[in-house]
Amino acid sequence: MKISIKVNGVSHSHDIEPRISLAQYLREELQLTGTHIGCDTSGCGSCTILIDGDAVKSCTVLAVQADGCEVTTIEGMANGSGMHPIQEAFKEHHGLQCGFCTPGMVMTAAEIIKANPNPTEAEIRDGLKGNFCRCTGYHNIVKSIQHAAEQIQS
Amino acid sequence: MGAFVGKPIKRREDARFLKGAGKYTDDLKLHGMTQLAFVRSPFAHAKILSVDTSKALQAKGVVAVYTAADGCGEFGVPCGWQVDFKNGETMREPVHPLLAKDKIRHVGEAVAAVVAETLEEARDAAELVEVDYDPLPAVTDPEKAMSKDAPLVHDQWEDNAAFDWCIGNDRAEVEAALAGAHHVTEMEFRNQRLAPNAIEPRSYISDYDVNADKWTLYTSTQNPHLIRLLLCAFVLGIPEHKVRVVSHDVGGGFGSKIYHYTEEALVTWISREIGRPVKWTADRSEAFLTDAHGRDHMVRAKMGFDKEGKILGILSDEYCAMGAYLSTFAPAVPTYLHGTLFQGVYTTPLIHLNVTAPFTHTVPVDAYRGAGRPEATYLLERIISKGAQEMGIDAAEIRFKNFIPPFDGVNQEGYQTQVALQYDSGNYEATLKRGLEMLGYEDFRKEQEKARNNGNGKLLGVGISTYIEGCGIAPSAVVGALGARAGLYEVGQVRVQPTGKVSVYTGAHSHGQGHETVFAQFVADALGIPMDDVEIEHGDTEQVAFGMGTYGSRSLAVGGSAIIKSIEKILEKGAKIAAHKLEASEADLEYADGKWTVKGTDKSISFGDVSLTAYVPHDYPEGLEPGLDFSSFYDPTNFTYPFGTHIAVVEVDKETGKVDLKRFVACDDVGNVMNPMIVDGQIHGGIAQGVGQALLEEVIYDDQGQMISGSYMDYALPRADDLPMIETDRTVTPCPHNPLGVKGAGEAGAIGSTPAVVNAVVDALSHLGVTDIQMPLTPQRVWKAMQN
Repeated sequence: MKISIKVNGVSHSHDIEPRISLAQYLREELQLTGTHIGCDTSGCGSCTILIDGDAVKSCTVLAVQADGCEVTTIEGMANGSGMHPIQEAFKEHHGLQCGFCTPGMVMTAAEIIKANPNPTEAEIRDGLKGNFCRCTGYHNIVKSIQHAAEQIQS
Repeated sequence: MGAFVGKPIKRREDARFLKGAGKYTDDLKLHGMTQLAFVRSPFAHAKILSVDTSKALQAKGVVAVYTAADGCGEFGVPCGWQVDFKNGETMREPVHPLLAKDKIRHVGEAVAAVVAETLEEARDAAELVEVDYDPLPAVTDPEKAMSKDAPLVHDQWEDNAAFDWCIGNDRAEVEAALAGAHHVTEMEFRNQRLAPNAIEPRSYISDYDVNADKWTLYTSTQNPHLIRLLLCAFVLGIPEHKVRVVSHDVGGGFGSKIYHYTEEALVTWISREIGRPVKWTADRSEAFLTDAHGRDHMVRAKMGFDKEGKILGILSDEYCAMGAYLSTFAPAVPTYLHGTLFQGVYTTPLIHLNVTAPFTHTVPVDAYRGAGRPEATYLLERIISKGAQEMGIDAAEIRFKNFIPPFDGVNQEGYQTQVALQYDSGNYEATLKRGLEMLGYEDFRKEQEKARNNGNGKLLGVGISTYIEGCGIAPSAVVGALGARAGLYEVGQVRVQPTGKVSVYTGAHSHGQGHETVFAQFVADALGIPMDDVEIEHGDTEQVAFGMGTYGSRSLAVGGSAIIKSIEKILEKGAKIAAHKLEASEADLEYADGKWTVKGTDKSISFGDVSLTAYVPHDYPEGLEPGLDFSSFYDPTNFTYPFGTHIAVVEVDKETGKVDLKRFVACDDVGNVMNPMIVDGQIHGGIAQGVGQALLEEVIYDDQGQMISGSYMDYALPRADDLPMIETDRTVTPCPHNPLGVKGAGEAGAIGSTPAVVNAVVDALSHLGVTDIQMPLTPQRVWKAMQN
């Protein structure tokens, strides 16, 4: 099937198998390997991206379902060579260790802060329920998101 | 302290990970690369009657299909540790085949490998492979595996034992002490089976270059050199110098990526057969079914106390599952990484542990974060708290009564345990004192009493754990005597470039620990140069001379020490060059802030100038070789022994049994700290995994050997809302026997935390007469305990 998707501001058209997930499409066709596949069943959240501004697990969306949509992946979070305030906050607060869940965490953090610019610790933890991190115990991820929210507010 | 050591320097690794620019194995796409999918057994135990690959071979995009009949790696993947039976009989070591030949021994064992142009085509074709199985009864429980009528995992032996083993004092002596004790506390529990669950699934790509007759294996391993050695010398019989193993970014390991796996050998073999690169990446179901698991001990133990609460002795009998085959380190886990920690932090005079390690129809069990030490700590810290509860002694007080007194390993000797090892240095009571202070222990007890009486439906409990662990693995001669088939030193090369920039090559491997930052901190300080002048390289056997990888919290203690050794050689040679250039005697020079100075003068030469001279040796000491590049092997003289206190506070819902972890206080002592931000991060992550074991996680096999917890819908990993913010502090008792004074921080969190949480829940329910609950403490189990 033919699809047209705008990813990180760039338009792409491909003829793909209908069964290909959006995560696979991003990784295999577009070489955007920052979107990771940790479980392929919506369990871990490593593949979280934004579709039309909403956080979505891209392993459970068919690429054909995203036809005509605007997708943002981790590679599109920063403008130019710098980093987005969320990315900066993760670095500042050691919100990552092995880095594998990190792109999904950053995209989910963007959703949390978009929905609630001033989230409490409990609200952040609630918002992160769909994303597994096995390294950090979430402590520094929560701190990173709190800090990012403050930075974005100011 | 230098400019960088001890400071919370932000990580260099982070930018690439945060921008999605990390390079994990599955991110690589090589020219002409094929994809591999496995046909895996749905049965735990079965005869393979026939395998028909004809339809799969016809399928679209299929390049090749392999079965055991194709003769790949007939020696199988080896075990790296030999623990013989108590009676002297050799450990039973079955062949662990790359593809199952006649018999299946666990669900998920691979029967056929299908190679195709795309992953979808490989998976489609795998479904066309027809395997005729004759299912047989299975046994998955380690104790049942030793019963007389248990189905045999390997029928060349008369029972399922892989080995049995014991350590400590004479059993009769310990039994006599228990018989004469004022009080004996007994426990019977399962230290349940866990799945490590690194979020990056295992992934391997082998690229065989036909013209050069060389391989490059890209692999998600913690241990690239050991993988190369095992793969070449033991499994495939190919020359080691023809294989390059690369493991750059690895998405977590926790032990599960130490081992040499069958799939790793198989992609290597297949890439030569087809003359093309081949990739395999596990999906999460395969990860649950085929990654080595952790724990799975059935424990029966007794601890005897005198009337004051002093421990008189401990005796434990354990059945520890090995799984269907012996994984790389498996035999060491319930023995030398477990029994040697039975002293704990206490002066217990008599100790005996007896282990039976059976094969079971499950995936192999091996080291998972802590490896044997969490199991020892869980037993010790639960049984001492249960003893205190039964005797009406406070849980903190009983620990203070039994602590080994402080010793620094320099002015006071190391502490000789009853279980072979000698602790390096420790001050156990200091961490408990600090932990209690952080918690506000006295006030908590009042609050707890109030909660019991106020009728709001919530019960409060506090649980203490004062742990010790053995890290910095390990002195080669010691582990050799204990059955290890490899040395456990580490290699560190320091190559000073002509411009004074420094490349460091380490055999340790970072898969989240931040070595690229931390190692640069202490190297820059040791040389007195900017951190930006230091680059850390790891994870490539063609760059790094050799190495034994990262596990057992060994990277800094062993790998860091090897680098320091090389730096000493650099400075020694540099001093000769500096003396020549300064026309001074070496004895008159001192090195500081990146330069050699003639003592008491302002005559000096910088590290950069000496480096340039070493590579442009026109005006140079006679007889000295040019160049400034040294490599060292460091073999530690002892293990290191981090310790600490973990305290959990829980709230239990009386109506539902749900446990809410309200606070977690940790005061750890990991020796000197290079980067406190990273140490805290390691502690946080370890605690989350330990809390996971206490409250949430369990791999469950049913009676037929089917795993019924093989997905994220069924296996409960801790989520963000299962955990509180973690309150950390530390004491510092340096390791006396390595140059950095470090002890290791990777596993401490997972070792100390589990019993703290369970102790807290039991404490919350203690007024109801509850003295124990089996892990994981699900709401159902807690609710049931309250009803009895």
